[in-house]
Amino acid sequence: MQAQAPGSAGTASGRPDYRWKRPQFFTNPFVRWGVPIAGLAYLVWATSTLSINWNRVAAGIPRAGRIFSNAWPPDFSRSNLIISGFTESIQIALLATALGLLISVPIALLAAKNIMPRGLHWFGRGIIIVARSFHPVIVAIIFVKAVGLGPFAGVLTLTVYSLGFVGKLLAEAIEEIDEGQVEAMRATGAGFIKVLAYAVFPQILPRQVGLSIYQLDSNLRASAVVGVVGAGGIGGTLMNSFRRFDYDFALAILLLIIAIILVSEAISGRLRSGLS
Amino acid sequence: MELSIENLTKSYGRGKPVLSGLNLKVDGSGITSIIGSSGAGKSTLLRCINRLIEPDSGTVRLNDVELTALKGAALRKARRSIGMIFQSFNLLDRLTVMENVLAGRLGYVNFWQASSRRYPQADINRAYELLELVGMEEFVNQRASRLSGGQRQRVGVVRALMQQPSILLADEPTASLDPRTSLQIMELLQDIAGNLGLPVIINIHNVDQARTYTDRIVGLRYGHIIFDGTPADLDEAALDAIYDGKDWNEEPEEPGSGNGGPTGSSSGGSRSTRGSGSSGGKDTKRELEGARA
Repeated sequence: MQAQAPGSAGTASGRPDYRWKRPQFFTNPFVRWGVPIAGLAYLVWATSTLSINWNRVAAGIPRAGRIFSNAWPPDFSRSNLIISGFTESIQIALLATALGLLISVPIALLAAKNIMPRGLHWFGRGIIIVARSFHPVIVAIIFVKAVGLGPFAGVLTLTVYSLGFVGKLLAEAIEEIDEGQVEAMRATGAGFIKVLAYAVFPQILPRQVGLSIYQLDSNLRASAVVGVVGAGGIGGTLMNSFRRFDYDFALAILLLIIAIILVSEAISGRLRSGLS
Repeated sequence: MELSIENLTKSYGRGKPVLSGLNLKVDGSGITSIIGSSGAGKSTLLRCINRLIEPDSGTVRLNDVELTALKGAALRKARRSIGMIFQSFNLLDRLTVMENVLAGRLGYVNFWQASSRRYPQADINRAYELLELVGMEEFVNQRASRLSGGQRQRVGVVRALMQQPSILLADEPTASLDPRTSLQIMELLQDIAGNLGLPVIINIHNVDQARTYTDRIVGLRYGHIIFDGTPADLDEAALDAIYDGKDWNEEPEEPGSGNGGPTGSSSGGSRSTRGSGSSGGKDTKRELEGARA
C-alpha cells in the first residue's frame, strides 16, 4: 500500500475521494439556527424583565464588606447554643435517615414494575413522585405549619426527602436486576417473599448500602437548611443570629457547618471506598 | 413418572402462536432432547411445564396432577418436583455455592429457615453429598460469581437435584459453555438420568450432543412436533425438515463424537465404566472420558 499525501484527489483504486461529514444533530437548518437564537433572545428578555438594578448591586458590595468585617473574628463564646443546635441537627439527620431508609424499601418494591403487577406499581411510583416534587424547604414549611415549630417537623421533612430519593434509585436498581435469578428461584417452588429474599435483595444490597451512606451525608446538610424555616436544629440558631445582626456568631456557625460537612464527607468517602 | 402434555398452545401478543396444539408424552427415565431452530418454541415449551410461562390453553400432567389447573401454594408445591437448569445458569451471584444449593430447598423450608439459613441437617448432608458427586465440595463458601462456567452449571444441576425432583428440565444447559465443558455437563446429565433414574428433558442446539447423549429426540418447528424418535432415526431428511433445510451443523464436530448415532447401549456402556460417579468431579478424568466417548 502506498501512502497518500493528505488532501490528494482520488483513492488508491483511482476513484474520486469519498465524502463524509458527521451527521448534524438538528437536520433542519431552521431548527439548527433557530434554537440558539431563541435561547439567546429569552435570556435577554429575562434579564431585562427582572429589573436588575445596578445601583443596588453597587451599594451591596460595601455592605457585604461591612458584614464580613463585623463578622470577623467569629464568636464561639455562646458554645451551649451552638452545641445544642448541632446536636439537634445531627439527631434530626440520623433519625430521618433511619426512618426514610426503612420506609423506602417497601415503597421501592412497590414501585418496581418488574416485580409488581402492572398498575399497582404506579401507586409506589406516585408516592415517590409526590415525595420528590418539593424541595425540603417547602416540605419543611408545610410540616412546621402542621406539627408546629421544632425538630419533629425537621425529622418528618427529611424522612420524606430520604424516602423519595432512596425509593426512586432503589426502584431503578430493582428493575435492573438479573431476572434469571428470579426465574430460578420461582422454579424451586419458592413463594414471593422467599424470591425477594434470595433473588432480589442480595442483588440490590450493595446499591442500598451506598445509597444509605449518601443519604445520611445529604441529610446532615439538609438538616441545617430546614432549621432556617423553623424545623429545629442549628439552622434556627443561624437564622436568629442573622436577624439580630450577630454576624460574628453567624460566622462561627457557618464555619462549624463547613467543618461538619467536611468530616461527614471524609467518613462517607472512606466507607464507600471500603465497600468496593 | 409420567409427563403428558396435551394440546398445549401459547402465543405472545397477537403474533403467530409459539406453540400450537402440541402433544408430548415422556415417561420412565432417560434423556429426551428437544431440538429445533431458535424461536421454534423450545424454551416456551419447557417453561410451560413448570408454569414459569403461562400457557394459553392445553393441559400438562405430571403423575396425574394437572399442573395447568394449579394455583398459589399448590403450584409452588408442584414446582418442587420439577427441577430446572438454565442456559445462563441463573445462580444467585452474590451468594455462596452452599446458599445457592440450599436454595433448591426453598419450596420445602419456611421463611424463617430460609432467611436465617437454618436449613434442616438432612438438607445440608444432601447438599454436601451432591456437591461431592459433581466435584464441587471444595467451593462451598465461594461466591457463585467467582466460579467458571462449567462450575456454575454443576452448581445449577446440584441446586435442581436438591429439590428431589421427579423430572429435570434443562434449557440449553451447555449453550454458554465451551465444547469440552459442555460435554462434561452432558455426561453429568447422563449420569443423573441413568444412576438416579431421573428423566431429563433437555433443549439443545447441538445436534451431535443430542445424538450422542440422549435416548430420544423430539424435533420442534413452528410450535409443532415434526420428529420424534431415537437418535438412529434422525437422518439428514429429518434434520432438513426440522431446520428448514438450512445448514444445521453449525458447530465444528468434536473428534470422534459425530460418527453415526450411538444408541442407548453405547451410552449405557460408558456409564458403567464410570461407576457410581463418585469420582466424577476430577476434571482430568472427565476430560479423558469425554474424549473417549
